[in-house]
Amino acid sequence: MNAPGEGAPAVVVDGVSKTFAIPHERVHTLKERALHPLRRAGKDVLHALKDVSFEVQPGEFFGIVGRNGSGKSTLLKCMAGIYSVGGGQIYVNGRLATFIELGVGFNPDLAARDNILLNAVMLGLSPREARQRVDKVLDFAELDEFKELKLKNYSSGMQVRLAFSVMIQVNADILLIDEVLAVGDAAFQQKCFDEFNRLRDEGRTILFVTHDMSAVRRFCHRAVLLERGELVSLGEPEEVARDYIRLNFPEQAVSAGDLDIEQLGDRPAYILEAWFEDENGDHQPQMPQGTRCVLKARVSFRQVIRDPSFGATLKDDQGKAVFSTSTIYKQEETGVFRPGDEAVFALEFENLLVPGRYYATIDIANRGSGAFLIDQRDRAATIISTGGAMGGGVVNLPHELSVVRQESAVPEEAPS
Amino acid sequence: MNAVAERFGTPIKGPSALAGDPRRFLHLTWTLAVLEFRLKFFGSVLGYLWQLMRPLMLFGVMLFVFTRAVRLGSGVTQYPVVLLTGIVLFTFFSECTGGAVTAVVDREGLVRKIHFPRLVIPLSVVLTAYFNLALNFIAVLIFMLARGVDPRWSWLQIFPLLLFLGLFATGVAMILSSTYVRYRDVKPIWEVVLQAIFYGSAIFFPIENIPSVKLQHLIMCNPLAAVVQQARHALIDPTSPSAGQAIGGDTRLLIPLGITLFLAVVGFWYFNREAPRIAEEL
Repeated sequence: MNAPGEGAPAVVVDGVSKTFAIPHERVHTLKERALHPLRRAGKDVLHALKDVSFEVQPGEFFGIVGRNGSGKSTLLKCMAGIYSVGGGQIYVNGRLATFIELGVGFNPDLAARDNILLNAVMLGLSPREARQRVDKVLDFAELDEFKELKLKNYSSGMQVRLAFSVMIQVNADILLIDEVLAVGDAAFQQKCFDEFNRLRDEGRTILFVTHDMSAVRRFCHRAVLLERGELVSLGEPEEVARDYIRLNFPEQAVSAGDLDIEQLGDRPAYILEAWFEDENGDHQPQMPQGTRCVLKARVSFRQVIRDPSFGATLKDDQGKAVFSTSTIYKQEETGVFRPGDEAVFALEFENLLVPGRYYATIDIANRGSGAFLIDQRDRAATIISTGGAMGGGVVNLPHELSVVRQESAVPEEAPS
Repeated sequence: MNAVAERFGTPIKGPSALAGDPRRFLHLTWTLAVLEFRLKFFGSVLGYLWQLMRPLMLFGVMLFVFTRAVRLGSGVTQYPVVLLTGIVLFTFFSECTGGAVTAVVDREGLVRKIHFPRLVIPLSVVLTAYFNLALNFIAVLIFMLARGVDPRWSWLQIFPLLLFLGLFATGVAMILSSTYVRYRDVKPIWEVVLQAIFYGSAIFFPIENIPSVKLQHLIMCNPLAAVVQQARHALIDPTSPSAGQAIGGDTRLLIPLGITLFLAVVGFWYFNREAPRIAEEL
């Protein structure tokens, strides 16, 4: 036996490459093959993984992140032994359990109980061990009352719960988990998180593929970022998560679009451009959370306008306004502008936004009752907030957390 | 290589036909076969009855046709028992191979998501067919005793015969299940071939009634026909020719034996070669 010595890594990925040949035309039948025995259709070669190397230490909670098609699931399947690697080698030190996509190959016609048995045996238990753990699995999945129900009658969330529970209960040394948290209700997700924490504290090695940066920050000791099959970043989850967001929102998509003069017509004033900059006045497509941030807009006037109001609204990806302000609320008199005048409207704020992309809408309006809109530009500028805490919600308010135990008024009550 | 293994642990070899712990291999084959069997058994309202019905219906029709209409079976000792035994043996072969064709593709969910020795799939199909065969043979046994066939020691020959037939079926099953992943017309083709095998295996006609002796010998080269004939000789009618006599000399039995071994080896080689790619081809 090749018993690895103490301190050996749990998983070694050593220069792994994987290519898929995608033929232009697939031969699906023997008939076609017989009719055209010599025809070889051309094929595209897809490099799913290119020379990826890293090591995972025992007891590590290791995140694998990347955009769709970046090769992370292929990597996981190679580690699980489902795909053979094209080049390089993967070494694993301990028993593996995999959780890949939905359902882990359940048979829809079998009852939950039988599927658990099958899965547990698949993952390396003996049939007897599997039978002993059926109840535990059902218990954890909270599906005890449905144990005789056929899997085809399960909802997808229930199937995931079942699959996840099986994986947890087989007591493998190394767990490969792909996108579990996408399904399952909030309560079960919380349970998964608790279980993750418990596994982590037990010192199991977990490799975890996800899109959820908050989960990466919350659980992972280290993480790796893949892009087009290549390893882009490896290290602290915080940094990797930041790189991931940077990858997702490339810079060219961020700069304010050029102004289309044709659209302007003959309005009394135009918003020429808008951008975000940092405290030093440099244009910035991204701003780390917690820093000062300035939104600026250049406005040109064509008519005499007295005391117009300037407003700005920040909207998130879903178009939901997260913050809105206007000079109306603060500054009654902005001055008189004549044709040919230009003005720069600036909004300085502390970036408390949770990581993600935000759009600024700028508007100019006539003052007075029934504020008349002169010009408005939706998505005039874009900013990506990076780093910082991502606890849900839209803003990360400055906050303190504390827990203070209160002396119980009722003495010596046995916990029920 | 060993030094590397010592430092890093076991290299992951990727999917294959056999890889890994042999105990796990057996556990998996067993579990898959049992579940599949249970599914058929309890899957429909009539469950096992349907399983038994198919060979019995075929048996009923053929019995009527060949004893009343065509009289192919006249002059054959215990023709109904011979016919039923042949049909049950053929059903086993047809379940093994016909079931194996789509087996790998049907278990796509498992193949694409879990690492396990791929050979488990065709083997579990064969094992499930054995379970069915065992039950069907109980029916055959009852029928034999009811028809007054005397128990003899030569009945024990059925066990090596069934093992041999299982090996033959496994060889074919391995080839079919891995070919079907790539060529989907294997299924209709095999259905036709199975029909041909049924008619060519001396199941409903006695081999000795074929006028051409050469043709008799040729038919006996088919391992299934050889098993059916030997079963008839050993189980039902000692006066009927044994497989060795029917093929024209015991040494010639090496031909069906050779075919079986050849198919088993080639089947394994081919399946083993295809196994790493199955998950990607699906």
